[in-house]
This record gives sequence, structure tokens and C-alpha cells, in this order.
Amino acid sequence: MQCDVCQQKEATVFLTQIVGGKMQKVNLCEACSKDKGVNDPTGFALADLLLGMGAAQEIEKNPAAQRCPVCGFTQADFKKTGRLGCSTCYEVFADGLEGMIRNMHKGPEHVGKAPVAYLRSRQIDQKIKTLQSSLQEAVAAEQYEKAADLRDQIRRIEAGLEA
Amino acid sequence: MKLTEIIENSGEWLKGDGPHRNIVVSSRVRLARNLRSKPFPGWAKKAERIEVLKIVKSAVEQLPEMEDAYTENLEALSPLEKQVLVERHLISREHAAKGVGSGVVMNVNQSLSFMINEEDHLRMQAICCGLQLGKVFAMINQADSELEPMLDFAFHPQLGYLTACPSNVGTGMRASAMLHLPGLVMSDQMNKIINSVNKIGLAVRGLHGEGTEAMGNLFQVSNQTTLGEAEEEIISRLNDVIEKIIEHECNARQLLLQKKPVTLLDQIGRAYGVLSYAHSISSKEALNLLSVIKLGTDLNLFPDENRILVDELFIETQPAHLQKGAHVQKMSADERDTLRASLIRAKLQVVPKPDIAKIATQPLGTTENDE
Repeated sequence: MQCDVCQQKEATVFLTQIVGGKMQKVNLCEACSKDKGVNDPTGFALADLLLGMGAAQEIEKNPAAQRCPVCGFTQADFKKTGRLGCSTCYEVFADGLEGMIRNMHKGPEHVGKAPVAYLRSRQIDQKIKTLQSSLQEAVAAEQYEKAADLRDQIRRIEAGLEA
Repeated sequence: MKLTEIIENSGEWLKGDGPHRNIVVSSRVRLARNLRSKPFPGWAKKAERIEVLKIVKSAVEQLPEMEDAYTENLEALSPLEKQVLVERHLISREHAAKGVGSGVVMNVNQSLSFMINEEDHLRMQAICCGLQLGKVFAMINQADSELEPMLDFAFHPQLGYLTACPSNVGTGMRASAMLHLPGLVMSDQMNKIINSVNKIGLAVRGLHGEGTEAMGNLFQVSNQTTLGEAEEEIISRLNDVIEKIIEHECNARQLLLQKKPVTLLDQIGRAYGVLSYAHSISSKEALNLLSVIKLGTDLNLFPDENRILVDELFIETQPAHLQKGAHVQKMSADERDTLRASLIRAKLQVVPKPDIAKIATQPLGTTENDE
């Protein structure tokens, strides 16, 4: 059996860990097991190792997503390489990736830097949403002058977006 | 600018100054970015990689900080030249294996380097001397912000910046510091440190990153996860851990001085003797002994003005640097060992033998800590 990490040497260390009710198995060669600090099983996070391989099993659970329409990438390719094909693959294989990404990282959602253009468009989306709910309230209260004004504001923002 | 200029001048991170510079060799932050809906390098066809290279390279070259930068397509570099860049930590070993469709851009003082079509479309790093993670992050963050209007980076509302490997999504950031920890190694505490650092989601690796051996008592400490924590939080957590490791290293040195002064002086004397008089020496042995000389310098046994000379030898004695210096493309390991020994002998001539009278009662690191 080959080592799951270097995929070159013969595996001599076999490790099984139960994380969140799920059994995970890893086969390692002597050198990689030392490298990953497996000599101390208590202080050893199996998740570190699962990057490529556990990932492949996770994604397989979702047979619905098949082929990325942008780059033609498939689940089988992910199993082989442990890498995705393009940014759209994250949408296509989202269900299968979700659990794996959660196991791998500190939290499920990005906090931190975002592109300015993205932040700006999110801000505008939120503004439109607020205006739309005020518009509905105005209509319900039969304040038609106010409603017309709100409608024009929304149109102006949307026109600005298109321009 | 030309590659020879890069090779002839050691990077700023090697010569410069910074907090805890005796123990923290360098601080580095790299960001991974990809273009939306373009296949990642590992999956892209040659023509697609060439197209992405063109787009990204021209954007990077427009950055004000990259004026007069060294820029090259990887197929134009010889294996030896690529290896020199790896030994300088300017490109990764993975990137050195790439050819057509990949490229590299770096600035004159080698503090910023951009790998195009490595595992991701763009991996950019900033590196500088000592413990200055906040500063290097600010440098590379600025470059990223300047690139943003020019390049359509793949960004996902929940997952953040998207990368070829799911282990890098979110910030796409890997922050790391290269630490020189002879005290912890000599007092058999390094495994304990590695285990406890691993437990809190940080990684300790060897000289050239993932899967490499620790040589010369040099260890790279970095963040393991990239999603669910902001860049500044990751950096401050890493910084706290590194300061703790520095403290442990200083204590270990102090303890060695008190409890095992003979062993310590013996090792330093022997390292000086072997390096000054050897006629054949392997890269690994050289690094390990240079590490002891570096420790000796921290303990005042060698003059501080020779510090950079010793630090430079860490890089100059690496295989590709030796061969490049000798202008030989192919050289056997034996020939390299001979050349390495003669280079070290020549350089160490200006370094006087260890002066036991000057030994620091307190290792330099601790005084810095108190500031």
C-alpha cells in the first residue's frame, strides 16, 4: 500500500481516527509519519492530512453535481488531483465540498478582506432592498406620493448600475 | 533588470534589520489569487495558461513598486537558475518545476515576488528581515489592492478568495516566519514545541516549506487554516505564538549556558574548527555547523560585524548558489562539497576564533525581549 501523503513510499503506519462519528483512515510511510508528528497520537490532528484524500471521498457523496460547465472538470478529476478545475467548480461541487471545507478550516465563512467592487455591489444591493421594503410599506399605507418617489430612487440606482 | 543582478545581490531580508533578528531570520506573507472562470493552472491547457500569464504579468508589471523589476517566463530559465531562486525563497520548489505558461516577477531588493501560474494563477509574497509580519502583510496587501481594479479575482460571498486547493480558500493567505532555534534543538525540546504548535492549528515545517527536512536548526512556523478568521487575526495569533517560541529559545540558551557550558563551548569550538579547516563538506553538515556559529555570534563569542557574512553563507553554500558562482552548469556532489569547503574556509578567515572571555552571560535575545 502506498503512502497517502508522498504517494511514493510504501505505507507502514496505519492510522484510524473517529471524528464527529465518521471514521477516517490514513496510511503513511515512515518518513511522512515522522514529518507529521504521528509518534504522538494525542497531539495529532488527522484533519491536517486529509487535505487531498478525505476530500475525494466527501465530494463523491454528491452524485448530482457532475461536470463543471465552465472548465469540464469532474469529481473523478478531483479524486485524482485534490485540486479543483476553476472558480466555478466551487458552485458546481458545492454540496460535496461543504463538509470538507468545514473540517479543514477554522470557520465555515470568510471573514477578512474582500474586493472593493464586491463590497460596493453588496452595499447597493442592501440599499435597494431597504428602499423596496419602504416602498411596500408606503403602498400599504396608501402614501402614493412617497411610493412614487421611492420607486424613482430605486430606478435611478438600478440605471446607475447598468451604466 | 537581469537575473545576474538578482543573483549578485543578496535580498534585503538577509542584510536588513528587524525585531528579534537574531532568532527570526525572516517574516513572509503570501496571498493566493485566481481569475474568475479561468481554469486553474493545474487544469488549464497550455494556450489558456499562456493567456492568463499575459494578463497577470502585464498587471503586475504596472504596479508602482514593481518598477524596474526582474520579470521572466519560466521556460527561459535554466534548471540551475530556477534552483537559485528556490534557495533564495523567491519561488517555490513547485514553481521551479513549471515551464511554458508560468512566469515570475520580482523587485530589485527581492522583498516582493510574484509567481504566475504556480498552483494558483497568482501567488504573491512579501518578505523581510526579523519578526515583522504586520509590515510584510501591509506590503503585499497594498499590492493586492492595486491589482484589484486590473484583474477580476475570483471571490465568493461565503468562501472568500477561491483557490485551486480548498485548503487555501478564504483569505488565501499563508503567513510564516523562519526561526533559528538551536537552543530548543540542543535541549531536545523541539518535538514538544512542534506538537503544541500543531494543536493550535499552526504548522512547523523545514527549511523549504511543506515536506522538507529541518536543517541548520531552521524552522518555518505558519498558519494552517485560511477560512473563518480575518488576516489580521491570523497574523496576531501567529505573532503571539512566535514570541512565545522566542522566549522558550532564549530560556533554553540561558539554561545551556548555566548547566552545560562545556558542551556548548565544545560544539561552537568544533564547528569553528571544522568549518575553518575542512576540505570537503556536505550542504547539510555545513548548514548545521553554520547554525552553531550563528548561535556563537548571538552569545558574543564571534564579533557582531561578521553576522551578515555568516548569514550569507547559509545561502551561498546551497548547491545551486555554489554552482552558479563557479559558472558551471553541471557539477558532481563531490565537486560541490570540495568547492563549498573552500568557500567557507576563505570567508571564515576574517572571523577570529571564539573568544571565551567575551561570552554573553545573557543571550542577546532576552535583552531584546525586555524592550
